[in-house]
Amino acid sequence: MVFRTRRLACASVTALAATALVAGCASGDGGSTSGASGNTLTLWTHNAGNSAELDVVKKIIKDFNGSQDTYEVKLQAFPQNDYNSSVVAAASARKLPCLLDVDGPNVANWAWGGYLAPIDVSGGEVPLSDQLASTVARYQDKVYAYGFYDVALTFFARRSVLNEYGIRIPSMAEPWTKDEFDAALAELKKSGTFEYPLEMGTGGSGEWWSYAYSPQMQSFGGDLIDRDGYRTASGTFDGKDSVAWATWFRSLVSNGYMAKKSGADPNKDFLAGKSAIQWDGSWNAAKNADKLGDDLAIIPPVDFGDGPKIGGASWQWAMSSSCSDKDGAQAWLTFARQTKYFVDYAKATGTLPATQAAARQVDGYQPGGKFNELVEYARTFAVVRPVTPAYPYISTEFEKAAQDILAGADPENALGQGAKDIDNNLRTNNHYAG
Amino acid sequence: MTAFLKHLGGHAGRVVLALVFALPLVFMLVSSFKPDDQIFGDLGSLRAFLPVGAVSLDNYTGVFERVPAAQFLLNSVIISSVTVALGVIVNSMAAFALSRMRWPGRKVVLTAVIATLIVPFETFALPLVWWVNQLPLLRVNGFHPEWTTGWMDTYQVQIVPFVANAFSIFFFHQYFRSVPKEIDEAAIMDGAGWFTIYRRIVMPLSGPAVATVAILTFLPAWNSYLWPLMVVQSEELRPVMVGISYFFQLNVGWGQIMAYSSMITVPILALFMAFQRSFVNSIASTGVKG
Repeated sequence: MVFRTRRLACASVTALAATALVAGCASGDGGSTSGASGNTLTLWTHNAGNSAELDVVKKIIKDFNGSQDTYEVKLQAFPQNDYNSSVVAAASARKLPCLLDVDGPNVANWAWGGYLAPIDVSGGEVPLSDQLASTVARYQDKVYAYGFYDVALTFFARRSVLNEYGIRIPSMAEPWTKDEFDAALAELKKSGTFEYPLEMGTGGSGEWWSYAYSPQMQSFGGDLIDRDGYRTASGTFDGKDSVAWATWFRSLVSNGYMAKKSGADPNKDFLAGKSAIQWDGSWNAAKNADKLGDDLAIIPPVDFGDGPKIGGASWQWAMSSSCSDKDGAQAWLTFARQTKYFVDYAKATGTLPATQAAARQVDGYQPGGKFNELVEYARTFAVVRPVTPAYPYISTEFEKAAQDILAGADPENALGQGAKDIDNNLRTNNHYAG
Repeated sequence: MTAFLKHLGGHAGRVVLALVFALPLVFMLVSSFKPDDQIFGDLGSLRAFLPVGAVSLDNYTGVFERVPAAQFLLNSVIISSVTVALGVIVNSMAAFALSRMRWPGRKVVLTAVIATLIVPFETFALPLVWWVNQLPLLRVNGFHPEWTTGWMDTYQVQIVPFVANAFSIFFFHQYFRSVPKEIDEAAIMDGAGWFTIYRRIVMPLSGPAVATVAILTFLPAWNSYLWPLMVVQSEELRPVMVGISYFFQLNVGWGQIMAYSSMITVPILALFMAFQRSFVNSIASTGVKG
């Protein structure tokens, strides 16, 4: 009898466990396959752990939910590092949310992959035409996403250090030339004060490599791909100008101007005086100004021959193609296009406001403000990364080649191999037709 | 004198090895109490390993403001514990069938199970996402149960795919071989069935193997990162390792990272120390290294 009772108890527990495995324990919106359930729209953002930016998203959602009764937007935040993996996995399971943010260079790939749908936000308070070109993502003549801000790369330095070594402080009208830049680095190295006078963030990974260094390649006259039709990288990715950039890039290490792999926090190293010049983003401008005051020099990118260049496009908002309530998603995207939100983003994140109207309301970014020059960099020097679905692959190849080159690989061979691999990828995917 | 020197040398070697393995943990723990600037400032000296300077609990407070750490810890405890419990039962049963029972094809099955060890998880992660999304799910909204499809965004999607484990099966298989088969024959003579032999004879003799499998199952479950990122969207279901990514945003807080790392490492260390003896005994007796 005791055994029978035990067996019954065991069987019950087993049955209960089995049921629990297929039931309960679930969260979310009831297994919606469309990113919308009833009148609730799900929104994904890459800002988990970044309360400054996340708070702005929450504010827009709260305002939107309070402004009407038809839709309710629900936020789900992800950490940035692997946000793309989460999106790709969700797309394969047809579980994308209605609204999501996307890093600008990935828009073409996600649009081509069928993740995103074109958007129409023509009724918004801020017209798209008012935005920095790099903050509106278009693919095949359709708008797929827009952003509230952009960022700009710049050199940071101490005026006192440059003056001490007789190095000219350049301006937008007269940026450093390659020869001037090389001479400045040689002078700083010769002083013996800095083990590595230049900090380029070579300890970074992923998209940073393409974002930070491919504009320098473009300033040499090279590029990641032939932008005429985006059908081949051979002759461009490994062209003579690109090889010239790679040879120069390698020389920064071989001359001891730059670490092959920089430290975990390059900005901290710069502020601690370990490096004299740092290639960094506008996001650190306010922090550097706080620490260095008037001694901070914000320096435009070097003109390596084809004009100064920086990368364009940052995080932007889009709508998924599988969204079952596109009207609701468009309503949110349209509602969010208010100058006050452009201002809130810029203030919270230290990024560049995407419109001039917003820039006028952000301290330091208004015309004549101490950071306004960064907005002008974005307006004048920004080159959007190649608008092709192949971009994520191209970016990976560039990172691989650049890292190999810094490690000592022959620049021509490394870029040549990269060009071949990119062309193979283009052929395999039928040049991303359709 | 020579013996004494050898003895001393042996001890010195052990101390150096112990320091090599312990110092990173000491650094992590000590840095978790320091502000960011001091962590970097102390890097060049022994102060990096000492709780000196502006020591405080600010980083731990910051962790709870930035990440729902208690929820993440609870989730990981649930996910890891259930995975271990089910893993021990399922894998030991499979291993018992393969090592103790006679049936045609068992060697082929064992070979196939072992062969799966060479396939890295990353290669089938995406197909697995698709697959788990096809599975039936009973949802209960209030008093209204309803069948839907897809296990995304649940606890079970973080547990079930990792219950059956080739290495655990192989490990149990090797261990069960060391238990004399004459015991089975005697038990059968006394009228015992296979399940009784498994439950009342073999498993009670396999404590060290169970401890080892428990640890080796617990570790990857606790450290799980890529899979939850792919299949869990709701913050309230995320495990601890995903939480570490929350700190690698533009404003990286190194002190907070150290504090969070300390918080999520302590349970692992406690588990290992609790089962240390059984773990070492089991590894020694099977000759299998994880």
